[in-house]
Amino acid sequence: MTSTTLVPDRPAGDRRPARAGLPLTRVSGLGLGVAMVWFSLLVLIPLAAVVATAAEGGWAGFWRTVTNEQTAATLRLTVGTALLVTLVNVVMGTLIAWVLVRDHFVGKRALEVLIDVPFALPTIVAGLVLLSLYGPDSPLGVNIANTRIAVFLAFLFVTLPFVVRTVQPVLAELDPEAEEAAASLGASRLVTFRRIILPSLIPAIAAGAALSFARAVGEYGSLVLLSGNLPMRTEVASVRILSSVENDNPDSAAAVAVVLLAVSLAVIVFLDVIQRRVVRRG
Amino acid sequence: MADSSIAARTPVGRRPARHVLRAVVVAYLFFLVAWPLYLVGRNAFADGLASFRAILTDPDVTHALQLTVVIAVVAVVINTVFGVGISMLLVRYDFPGKRALNALLDMPLSVSPIVVGLALILVYGGRDGWFGPTLEAAGFQIIFAVPGMVMATVFVALPLVIREVVPVLQEVGDEQEQAARSLGANAWQTFRRITLPSIKWGVIYGVVLSLARSLGEFGAVKVVSGNVLGDTRTATLVVEEKYLNFDKGGAYATAFLLALVAVACIIVVSVLRPKEER
Repeated sequence: MTSTTLVPDRPAGDRRPARAGLPLTRVSGLGLGVAMVWFSLLVLIPLAAVVATAAEGGWAGFWRTVTNEQTAATLRLTVGTALLVTLVNVVMGTLIAWVLVRDHFVGKRALEVLIDVPFALPTIVAGLVLLSLYGPDSPLGVNIANTRIAVFLAFLFVTLPFVVRTVQPVLAELDPEAEEAAASLGASRLVTFRRIILPSLIPAIAAGAALSFARAVGEYGSLVLLSGNLPMRTEVASVRILSSVENDNPDSAAAVAVVLLAVSLAVIVFLDVIQRRVVRRG
Repeated sequence: MADSSIAARTPVGRRPARHVLRAVVVAYLFFLVAWPLYLVGRNAFADGLASFRAILTDPDVTHALQLTVVIAVVAVVINTVFGVGISMLLVRYDFPGKRALNALLDMPLSVSPIVVGLALILVYGGRDGWFGPTLEAAGFQIIFAVPGMVMATVFVALPLVIREVVPVLQEVGDEQEQAARSLGANAWQTFRRITLPSIKWGVIYGVVLSLARSLGEFGAVKVVSGNVLGDTRTATLVVEEKYLNFDKGGAYATAFLLALVAVACIIVVSVLRPKEER
């Protein structure tokens, strides 16, 4: 059942260290060196540059930038909506994973494909997709374009796969014996779920939630056409950074970017900790 | 599959709950993904093929489509070579800092594309980047040019090949590689004859996923491209520009092409993968 996934989210801890890793040879050492130079030039140095640029103004400058009225509003909106979306994903993602693993019906394969669509679809197209059903020309007569609901909806769309795809493989490997034992001892379905199934799913749910939170906080493309990017109303952090870049103000762009980087770093550390705990147990 | 046995053993009286859950999930996905996706297709074909004819005969759009494909292919090649190499190192070798590297490699998936673009500008920007002015003096322009767009695309798709290849490498183990080496094969022969065939499917999925991601990258490319008409504009930027300039037909048609490729990539992966796992 892990089969059809794009695994945008397969916990990185799948990469357990090999039991007996070899020491580096001359060729593999050279390979590692080349890979590290490339990784540094592409990822590490640029990200360090963001932090360094934000630090240039000192702590006071950084604090002034991120507490600026408009910036603070974008951060509140971004983080608040991302939390809300993550909460919905925890419930709906677990439910979807449950149905995909335990239920059987015609068209399930199609649902599997639908789950992965938000991961592969270009974000600008995702915005256009949502706009066609929930925008001015909506056949439903609902127009949420340029409102905060649009931000919520866009986040919900792009983060759809994360919880589903982390929970699904764990659920598929659960041993049904324990559930049957609980049921035969008179536990209701709800009790069985809460006492037997949920505890084993929690690490996967937490990992999926962390990934979808990180994804939502940094989202940009799907909002461009959908949310109108109205300052103080529907402007999110990424949009704010971009407008600082375009107004030739890299310092305040970097300050807001550091806040987002801190979120992604926190998520990465959190995932690493969860996975190590699961591996130790397993 | 264990689940079918559960279904068979579930008493009939419990079925209604199952139907309710199924209905909720189907409705949720229908309103969130399926219906909106269908509408993009319908809007793209609203005037028959006219919108497609219009974009495909517009030299700016065809240039953007070509550029998108070139950037995506270059990015996928770079990420495949890097990804397979680093996966081998992570799984087969021990070195200091491995755990940190392992965690950092996932970073690009959770960094905002706009931050990616900003980070690249701060280092490679021609005016006051860290390395940019030196590179431009030597004749290499990176930001507001194709190399920067390739770097942005490589950045955002970086972990995808690694995520597919590492679990497969762990699964197959290294007994066969050791056997080949003890029989006198050199490192390259071992890799080509033993390792590569056994991780083939992992690499293929990684490539397909990276391709989908690379063709569709928008935010990071937008920041570093400068969006120069007919020069550094990609397909996703065309969608935005057409929509904002009230050419909805063109926007929907271009979006439809991009969505088609994305959905095709997912279907390819979902059709291939079970075959190999069975």
